[in-house]
Amino acid sequence: MDLNYAPDDLAFRDTIRSWIAANLPKDLQHKVLNHKRLQREDYARWHKIVYQQGWVAPAWPVEHGGTGWTKVQQHIWEEECARAGSPPILAFGVNMVGPVIIAFGNEAQKQHYLPRILACDDWWCQGYSEPGSGSDLASLKTRAENKGDHYIVNGQKTWTTLAQYADMMFCLVRTDTGVRKQEGISFLLIDMKTPGITVRPIITLDEDHEVNEVFFDNVRVPAHNLVGEENRGWTYAKYLLGHERTNIAAVGRSKRELMFIKRLATRMQKNGQPLLQDPVYAHKVAALEMDLMALEVTVLRVIYQEAKQRAPGPEASMLKIKGTEIQQRLTELMVEAAGPMSLPFDPTYLEGESDHSIAADDDAAPLLPYYFNYRKTSIYGGSNEIQRNIITQMILGL
Amino acid sequence: MDFDLSPEQQQLFDAITRWAEKDYGFETRKKIIHSESGHSDAAWHALAELGVMALPVPADYDGFDGTAIDQMVVMQALGRALVIEPVFATLLGVEFLKLATGQGELLAKVAAGEIKLACALSERQSRHELHNISLSATRQGDGWLLDGEKVNVLHAAQADYLIVSARSGAAARDTAGISLFLVPVTSAGISLHESRNNDGMRSATVQCKQVHVPAAALLGKESEGWDVLDAAADHGVSLLCSEALGVMEALQAATLEYIRTRQQFGVPIGKFQVLQHRMADMFMQLEQARSMTMLAAVKVASTDAAERRRVVSAAKARVGEAMKFVGQQAVQLHGGMGVTNEMPAAHYFKRLSAIELTLGDTDHHLARFIAQPGFASAA
Repeated sequence: MDLNYAPDDLAFRDTIRSWIAANLPKDLQHKVLNHKRLQREDYARWHKIVYQQGWVAPAWPVEHGGTGWTKVQQHIWEEECARAGSPPILAFGVNMVGPVIIAFGNEAQKQHYLPRILACDDWWCQGYSEPGSGSDLASLKTRAENKGDHYIVNGQKTWTTLAQYADMMFCLVRTDTGVRKQEGISFLLIDMKTPGITVRPIITLDEDHEVNEVFFDNVRVPAHNLVGEENRGWTYAKYLLGHERTNIAAVGRSKRELMFIKRLATRMQKNGQPLLQDPVYAHKVAALEMDLMALEVTVLRVIYQEAKQRAPGPEASMLKIKGTEIQQRLTELMVEAAGPMSLPFDPTYLEGESDHSIAADDDAAPLLPYYFNYRKTSIYGGSNEIQRNIITQMILGL
Repeated sequence: MDFDLSPEQQQLFDAITRWAEKDYGFETRKKIIHSESGHSDAAWHALAELGVMALPVPADYDGFDGTAIDQMVVMQALGRALVIEPVFATLLGVEFLKLATGQGELLAKVAAGEIKLACALSERQSRHELHNISLSATRQGDGWLLDGEKVNVLHAAQADYLIVSARSGAAARDTAGISLFLVPVTSAGISLHESRNNDGMRSATVQCKQVHVPAAALLGKESEGWDVLDAAADHGVSLLCSEALGVMEALQAATLEYIRTRQQFGVPIGKFQVLQHRMADMFMQLEQARSMTMLAAVKVASTDAAERRRVVSAAKARVGEAMKFVGQQAVQLHGGMGVTNEMPAAHYFKRLSAIELTLGDTDHHLARFIAQPGFASAA
């Protein structure tokens, strides 16, 4: 047993670290490190910088633009990006629809879409959840009628993240109602500019516009936009969910946020001394840090198993639960550290339109909205309760 | 990076497990607990045959030069079988002797399974603070006089030698002025008052009344024993975390089996989602504890003492949380059966509760973690 990175991996980490330091634009880094909101251009700018370097889709097969890095190296890359405070590479294209097209798409789809995903020519969104289909995703009702050379799509998707920016949607639709619910689902690629699509914002509790409702009213989708076979979409969706899940724990980002908490709690005072020296507060931070230390090793254990070709398994569910619990707890402790200084709501500062907050403290200003926003993490991507069901069934065999 | 056990480690783990299945069943264990001596010579010799005692001893003294990770494997296997023999006390003693150096002959005897060790570190007032020592060591002629009392000395009555922490200078709670002594348990002036602990292991209050020991009994340097004591105790914590991991694995498996078979409302109770999610939470606690136990076993030998303390304390505290959750929930899921003394689950729970109180509880290690330089630095 050896928990250290090999010398090669350490050298790789140094290379990555210095490349990020030289190439991550300072204004983007500033936004991320200070919990400000990112705009479309922010994501796209970083994506294109990484794309130019050829590193935007490390996990893809090399012939489609992957880097050929090992699982450990991919993990190091993600860790280093998070550590530095880069905007995330949006998952919908690179980590979600890309691997599905690679695995199940036809040659024309690969040729058309994959380079466009890499170059960020298309912004993708995910058409999965519906008003009546959350955790019970397979009950989805959005219909696609097969009309020979095209489908006619009617229905509604919801919680569609950043659909307001999207050029394309990968969408689960019902193509057969006469069979078991999982067996009548197909995987369609839909151009968001097609007539009949309406995107309506959902404003979340932090007064942010991150998710949307998407309505389909007789939307005509060419038949060649079907991925794989009709009625096999559930299989592809499950493949997607099982893909690239180790970063779901987001340990790198949580480590960065822990350091933010420590800096903040050193600056903030309680009873005339730094908050971090208050035993009650310090105990909470320490307990969280220990859980994060443990999760970091747990993630490496899962990566190690994956790298040894033992199938990526239901352990991802544990990483999702623990990762999101820690993320949420971090936001709680941030708010606690900032205390009443986090009360004023300052969207102008959050959106980057002013350099300083109208509230007295720039660090504190974004924290309550951030805390509110992060309640989503234990709900999205299969709620943590659904993940517990998966652990129960797949690991414990109950 | 490599998370697999070596073939040798796996073999040792399997061998201990096979031995326990064959010769250390629940009924056998019960008989040993209630026997006069509170331990089993047969079990000791079997474990010595398997190389458990030779494992940590340096090769120069007939040992196998085993690492903390090797010992983790042993303690995990012993934990699974809930072995109450004085292995932990002896392995902890070996670490003291190795760190203090100069005790090769004795280590060779330990490796051969000929002698057992116990560590007399706690006092009535000390709680979890190992430098809170009032048992005095004063020079007398060539040697020393030890005077005072130690409490909760695990397996003192089964041991041949005690490792005693004593105050030879400075004030009662200072880390300076601590000396360590190796004392035959039969020395004149030592009296033991043995008790059976709640988990079935034996421990004793050790009274030292004007115990004369020769100069050679001093382990390491006079009044400079703290670094050895602190490091050896960290090794002990790593051993306990590993044992706890084995205990929790066995308890988790027993609970899973129970809720699969126990029927209520016409179905196995494992079909109820509220119990399933509890089991999923236990599983995650166990896996997080496993990760921290591995980390501690790797870092406990670190030459960076602050980093060692930080990681070992993190492990004990994190494992402590897991022990409490897994232990309590396992009893809960066993229902009324969980609170009977005939169910193994109850005994696993009792051992976990005892580990929590040994070599620093969760709160102690949280505070120690916070006190390390790594906590406050936000770099």
